[in-house]
Amino acid sequence: MSKKWNLIVDVERCDNCRGCFIAVKDEYAGNDFPGYSAPQPAQGHNWLEIKRHERGSYPLVDAHFQPVMCNHCDDAPCMKAARDGAVKKRDDGIVIIDPVKAKGQKQIVEACPYGAVSWNEDLQLPQHWTFDAHLLDAGWTKTRAEQACPTDAFRTVKLEDVEMQRLAASEGLEVERAELGTRPRVYYKNRHLMTHCFVGGTVVQRVGGIEECAAGATVVLRQAGREVGRATTDTFGEFKIDRLPPGSGRYDLEVSGAAGRASASFELGGTSPYLGVLTLA
Amino acid sequence: MNLSVLLWGIPQAMRAMSKLYPAYAARLRERNLVAQFRLRDVPEGRWIELRDGKIKSRAGLHAAPDLTIHFKNREIAEGFLTPPFDMLERIDAAKNFKIGFDGPDDLAVWFMQTLTRLETVTWKAGTDMGNGVTRYTNGTNSGPIFVYVKDGKIIRTTPIDFDDSDAASWSIKARGQTFKPSRRTTVATHGLCLKSMVYSKNRILHPMKRVDFDPDGERNIQNRGKSKFVRISWDEALDIVSKEIKRAKAVGPGAVCVANGSHHQWGNLGHYMSAFNRFWNLIGVTKLVHTPDSWEGWFWGAMHHWGNSLRLGCPEFYGTVEDCLKEAEMIVFWSSDPDATYGFEGTERREWAKKLGIKMVHIDPYLNHTAAHLGGKWISPKPGTDPAMAQAICHVWITEGLYDKTFIEGRTTGFDEWKAYILGETDGIGKTPEWQESETGVPARDVRALAREWGSKKTYLGAGGWGVGLGGAGRSPMGAQWARMMTILGAMQGYGRPGSNFGNLQFGAPLDFNFYFPGYGEGSFSGELTTSANSANNYQRMPHIVTMSSVRQAIPRMWFPEAITQGKAMGYLTDVSSIQGQFFPFGYPSPGHVRVQMLYKYGSSSLGTQVGSNRWIQAYQHESLKFVVNQSVWWEGETPFADIVLPACTVFERWDIGEWYNVGAGYVHHMYSMNNHRVIALQHKAIEPLGESKSDYDIFLAIAEKLDLGAVYSEGGTSEYDWCKRVFDSSDLAKRTSWREFLKKGYYVVAPDPESARAPTANRWFYEGRKKDTPEPYPLPSEYVAGLGKGLQTPSGKFEFVASTLKRIDDPDRPPLNQYMPVYEDGKREPQLAEFPLQLLSPHSRYPFHLMGDDEGCSVRDIREHRVLKDGHYYLVARINREDAAARGIRDDDLIRLWNNRGSVVCAAQITDRLRPGVVSASTASAEYRPAGEPGKSTDLGGCINMLNPSKAIARKTHGIRPNTTLIQIEKWTGVDTWQPRAEIA
Repeated sequence: MSKKWNLIVDVERCDNCRGCFIAVKDEYAGNDFPGYSAPQPAQGHNWLEIKRHERGSYPLVDAHFQPVMCNHCDDAPCMKAARDGAVKKRDDGIVIIDPVKAKGQKQIVEACPYGAVSWNEDLQLPQHWTFDAHLLDAGWTKTRAEQACPTDAFRTVKLEDVEMQRLAASEGLEVERAELGTRPRVYYKNRHLMTHCFVGGTVVQRVGGIEECAAGATVVLRQAGREVGRATTDTFGEFKIDRLPPGSGRYDLEVSGAAGRASASFELGGTSPYLGVLTLA
Repeated sequence: MNLSVLLWGIPQAMRAMSKLYPAYAARLRERNLVAQFRLRDVPEGRWIELRDGKIKSRAGLHAAPDLTIHFKNREIAEGFLTPPFDMLERIDAAKNFKIGFDGPDDLAVWFMQTLTRLETVTWKAGTDMGNGVTRYTNGTNSGPIFVYVKDGKIIRTTPIDFDDSDAASWSIKARGQTFKPSRRTTVATHGLCLKSMVYSKNRILHPMKRVDFDPDGERNIQNRGKSKFVRISWDEALDIVSKEIKRAKAVGPGAVCVANGSHHQWGNLGHYMSAFNRFWNLIGVTKLVHTPDSWEGWFWGAMHHWGNSLRLGCPEFYGTVEDCLKEAEMIVFWSSDPDATYGFEGTERREWAKKLGIKMVHIDPYLNHTAAHLGGKWISPKPGTDPAMAQAICHVWITEGLYDKTFIEGRTTGFDEWKAYILGETDGIGKTPEWQESETGVPARDVRALAREWGSKKTYLGAGGWGVGLGGAGRSPMGAQWARMMTILGAMQGYGRPGSNFGNLQFGAPLDFNFYFPGYGEGSFSGELTTSANSANNYQRMPHIVTMSSVRQAIPRMWFPEAITQGKAMGYLTDVSSIQGQFFPFGYPSPGHVRVQMLYKYGSSSLGTQVGSNRWIQAYQHESLKFVVNQSVWWEGETPFADIVLPACTVFERWDIGEWYNVGAGYVHHMYSMNNHRVIALQHKAIEPLGESKSDYDIFLAIAEKLDLGAVYSEGGTSEYDWCKRVFDSSDLAKRTSWREFLKKGYYVVAPDPESARAPTANRWFYEGRKKDTPEPYPLPSEYVAGLGKGLQTPSGKFEFVASTLKRIDDPDRPPLNQYMPVYEDGKREPQLAEFPLQLLSPHSRYPFHLMGDDEGCSVRDIREHRVLKDGHYYLVARINREDAAARGIRDDDLIRLWNNRGSVVCAAQITDRLRPGVVSASTASAEYRPAGEPGKSTDLGGCINMLNPSKAIARKTHGIRPNTTLIQIEKWTGVDTWQPRAEIA
């Protein structure tokens, strides 16, 4: 088996500095790479975009960012939609929308379930991030996105598919919308930060009539009586229990500390609940 | 060498070079002339005739030379012409009239540059990457980059990955782990987007004239900002500009006024501190005095407690990365978002701290970028009120005994008075956590928990964007109070103690602080000795001719509009040599000087950067301002308010040189310690200037030639390329690498000091009561009371809880004891503000650098956290709390109007829970101004948020801005503009 390109993106490491976003624009805007890509317009095309996701509510909030781009699917819907072999899969896994043959084929844009193909109105051309194939073919070992990333959120790796599957399993990597069966070559670490919820709260206690933060209290989260999460409150009495599937129903939360107990219940919808102040008594 | 041989050799060399180098042959075809060298005392010399590129030369004197270069005598001539050239000797000869010239100024400049080209034409720049691609280097306001060029066009720019031949990196061992920085330059978006800026649709490519401006007839001043522009030739533009300079100078001293932005493109040569200053010093001009606008609270407040005047009131930072990683248990980020504005070198170090389990607390009304990335406790006080929270922390420390009593005893004065104030013994109000809650909105329990944690654990206080000062809460009406509180919190925890200091790991990497390379703040070849740090090192290191403006008139930049419209403006100096330097008032107009007749604006747009900027439009349209030039690379909001527009080129189209984040001695000495490596970059001229644009230097040189100042300005025909070499030669770089190697590779990494010789930890000497041992030449020797290096710059030599220098100026806004005074904008106290319920934060943008990167053609505009594209226009993003948005029916990406009596601006809404309710956040510095109606009197669709901010000073006897608590209202934008300015509530 031959080695193929894959991109691994760590959601936790991305802080939306937008270096990758600008680097991709820098590489393709105004540059013609025959056989790979036609020039990207100066503005308005985001072949690599960054999704923004906030969880929680004021004052217990976190924010996460996920770079998204062409997934270079092994079973690519755009290939099926293309006529005259306008989209091809290279032996190294990279999908190329042929900048000549694809002219006028707007259905290639519509076929992508990830919205990763842009339509160039001037050139009447579907365009995507080519995995920087022209650079990799010239000996580069990193994509522009990885090279420009100051927080090392990207890893450009060339591996046999079985090695990649092993790596994905050991690091808990996920792909976008695996259920579509498109078999993307872009993998994400810590993707739960974009897809899952947390529950958080602030635990306090009364000491001599004064409200104090309750540090070191134990928080247990249960669903139908079964423990599904546990946390200890910090200096400020705050806790956060993560990785709850959205829409997963009713939860019961119990807090116990030196000053007593507190409890709360909630129905988990699509957003991460902040339960507010829980007073131990 | 014998003079006749030397002179014979010149035409020989010219012939040889024109055969070997087509570029040199082309140069010789540019002019036809007879140039003659001669001695003054005897009739000896040689002439050279250039005719259509052909060279003819004879010994002896020519009957009618176009240009004569004369030497006092043979000895001087031989010394001057014999290589290798000693620049000190050459400058001595020039400025003491040992040599001179007769003939037209422009011809002299051209001929002398042609002689210099004999050497420089042989230089080879850049690295051949194959396939016709050359890799150059450049410097940006965020760091050095590689520039790939093919067929005369930039194809890409990237951060630099170091190679094995570059110096090794430092490492820090802390708590059983070893940390080594990544071997590369990390660069923020505004440094990565520059290819899009070079080829932007918004570039100014030709000189332009406002259609209804006639210098000899009707000037139509009232139409500035409204009328269209027409392309004119360089000859016409230079003619108008040089005549207007002469016309204004004839009115009297100070009639020519020049204004620059706070920054420029990176580089020691093209910067306003160098090319711009050198030129205007030769003209004699009224300059705008900038406020210490990123420092404000530190400069006008903090300085009085501990000195540090040459750091504008901010503390030193040496060794703090190592100390923090080894010792600290917690970092408190107070109004501190280094990931937003200062690149990502410190980000890696903060991630190490997180890995080590150092706790993080973030105090900011916005869950800022650094906080979102690192995590930790977020505390969000109501904007402006932070000093109350800080005082409550003091209250907990005092009542629970959680402060450094030994330090207070030995190193400070005034603590008893401070303690009495905090406990309420003097004013009956205990500054308790409960007391602050009603001001700040921060639960008392959080303040108690924070104070206890801080008082019992070794803590770094990262105050302001740099951790060692700057920005944020310091730029609010309460900014001086806040910065003063930061120093007081530090003092109560004995700053300088291992693990207890100022910083957020942004500054203080263990580099070599002795290797000399000039920073841009040293003014390079400006010759300016008073308003730059030139005299500290550069003036001795790089011999060049001193320049000085004889005009003693200046305008406080904040009130430039009033100076024009009312003919009067009063400010206070930003004199950093002493603490009391800031007490000096200055006024416009100056005695014996005249009112400003013309303004020469150099880059950037005041409409985006200056508070209350609708005022600037009134100034531009005021009848007293007879002439306005705007010299810029891009067409920005302020550009159409000019009469003549001159096209400058980018730093990719000219030569420059500079070190990453090195501003030199002066105000942020050793600023490069923000970086993990010292990197010096040659800023190659990678491509030819686009259109008819020229480098700033060449524009000034062209105007100078019209005023017979070209030879003086260019110091005898020195080009930017030649200046690069002279800067190189002046630095320690010349001892470590060759010019030709540097020219090829383009960058040099300075090796860090070995671990055994690293700079000592900041403030440790003071904590331990030793003589100062950190490598900064501050304060000035005359500022010490007890002896050189002994104690602080304050009158007592100690940290002063009650600032005695503030007793020397009667400013009710800055009492010696830092009382809590709620002077943020407040509808309860000021009924006329009651209709504006929301507080506006206007931080620096994360993605552009001030205006740079916000250009209308720039790729940065596609960043959804910066601007949102709607109906063909990119609207600036305003962040709004979810509740505030819901109450107004506002949804994500809706166009909304932010307004008060000073301004009205349309933005795109970004709904968030990262802001406390009642607070709106939108970045300052829009490159674009797009009035919906009459300029200055209508809503702006471009995003000039500063139009909403007040023009009142941070304290009465200061010249400092106070945004960041500005009251506004917001609503969905209807598309119909009915807003009218009302009398400014200052």
